[in-house]
Amino acid sequence: MMDWLNNLNPATQFALFTAAKVVGAFAVMMFMVAYIVLVERRVCAFMQDRLGPNRCGPFGLLQPAADAVKSFFKEEMTPAHVRKIFYIIAPMLALIPAVLNLAVIPFGSTLGNPKNPMVLANLNVGILYTFGIVSLSVYSIVLAGYAANSKYPFLGGIRSTAQMISYEIAMGMSVIPIFLCVGDLNLSSVIQSQAGRLDWRWLPDALVLPNWFVLQSPMTFFAFCIFLVSAFAETNRTPFDLPEAEQELAGGYNVEYSSIKFALFFMGEYANMILVSAMMVTLFFGGWTLPWFGLDQPAIDLVHGVLHIGIFLGKVFLFLVMFIWIRWMWPRFRYDQLMDLGWRRFIPVALVNILVTAVWLWWQSGK
Amino acid sequence: MIVKRKPLNLFERLYLPAIIGGFKVTLRHFFSKKVTMQYPEQRWVVPEGYRGAPYLVKDQEGCTKCVSCQLCEFVCPPKAIKITPPGPAGQLADRPNAEKMPKEFEINMLRCIFCGFCQEVCPEEAIFLMKDYSLTGTSRAEMIYNKEKLLALGGVHAGVQKWKHKAEEAKAQENFPVKV
Repeated sequence: MMDWLNNLNPATQFALFTAAKVVGAFAVMMFMVAYIVLVERRVCAFMQDRLGPNRCGPFGLLQPAADAVKSFFKEEMTPAHVRKIFYIIAPMLALIPAVLNLAVIPFGSTLGNPKNPMVLANLNVGILYTFGIVSLSVYSIVLAGYAANSKYPFLGGIRSTAQMISYEIAMGMSVIPIFLCVGDLNLSSVIQSQAGRLDWRWLPDALVLPNWFVLQSPMTFFAFCIFLVSAFAETNRTPFDLPEAEQELAGGYNVEYSSIKFALFFMGEYANMILVSAMMVTLFFGGWTLPWFGLDQPAIDLVHGVLHIGIFLGKVFLFLVMFIWIRWMWPRFRYDQLMDLGWRRFIPVALVNILVTAVWLWWQSGK
Repeated sequence: MIVKRKPLNLFERLYLPAIIGGFKVTLRHFFSKKVTMQYPEQRWVVPEGYRGAPYLVKDQEGCTKCVSCQLCEFVCPPKAIKITPPGPAGQLADRPNAEKMPKEFEINMLRCIFCGFCQEVCPEEAIFLMKDYSLTGTSRAEMIYNKEKLLALGGVHAGVQKWKHKAEEAKAQENFPVKV
């Protein structure tokens, strides 16, 4: 088997290896989507003094399987008044951007061979690609709202369009300071520049803190804060879950959907959450690196490679738990507050942040 | 009443106190005792006087108390009770001082509305609404409880044996003078 692999020409090897990575990454992502729903249901139940789904398998661990079977076998209703083509396209579009964005996230270093980095597409313009694809995800909600041809989904769609467009600007501008510091748009080099220990001058030598962008300087910390809030707005999570405000919109843009089409919206939301968490981990929390035990350098053997992937997934999971926790902790923003926060607070702050970072870097380089 | 809204200071406008407050509340509840009752295994304990499923009871000597008078069948609003009397040449009662007992006694638990009229009307105190609730079965036929099942579920009645002293009196009549 190994001989056969080694004797293939490099192009075929690359194609095979990439295909394996694609399948692996996609499988892990879908697994996480399924199980994060379970985690959400259990965590929210615990916060409300309930137990949550615990019947299906030990601790309810088979619940995602039951949910999947249910959503596939439910009757699929297409109301007579919908616009058919958009109605069918919208749920597909819900999941596609998240899956496409998975391509540029470096989810590990290597598996021993430095020629095969654990990223599906090591694009030089990784972050631009990400933002390009992320902006597509608004289409699923807009189209769903438009296709449903009834008022609640339509209102949900309109709200979401305004929300996502406004916060995309803040989100895009919040990461510019990072790339000013790194000097490269490639996400792998962003991770490389977060390796090592934090070099604050007054930090004692014994204390090794990670050199992550969230800690590196006040500017990058602000960038993280803005990115975090925008991430909540972009994924339509509480406190910005206006498109699917159950109390006022009877569910929002997905009212007219049933069965697996509804489930696709659901999966899309969670896939987006995972994606945004992965982005935050990559940009601000050092990706697969940890500053201890030499885990900040690309792996030289399989064990370290797997460990790096584990570290990455662990960080992503922590972010997901935070997303879930906040959903069950906070009330929703009012619509005008949301717009106010986006346009009059975050966009100016992000702009000033870019300016301050640029000036700081210019002053540093002159020293 | 006019609620006075004092303006928020800078610290409060950063939402930080609200965040911390919310986190404290959710964290406390996350680790607190859960109120969920795991239903089929744990069941709600009903209070005294709860009107659950009606069952037939036996007396302390293990005899059927029902005398097949059919008053409960008559009074039952949803007509859930169906009694088959023994008939003129049928089986006699299994206790002294009773003329007969039902050949068959069926309660359709799907029809029963747990009103308790049968218990109220019964002159023999033979039928009681017990504490059973959420009766389940896999077919309609299974939900029609027959005499045997009703007696088994009802158990022994702890109350008085209504005609016992009459029976003793009658027995005492046989050797005169009566000494009761």
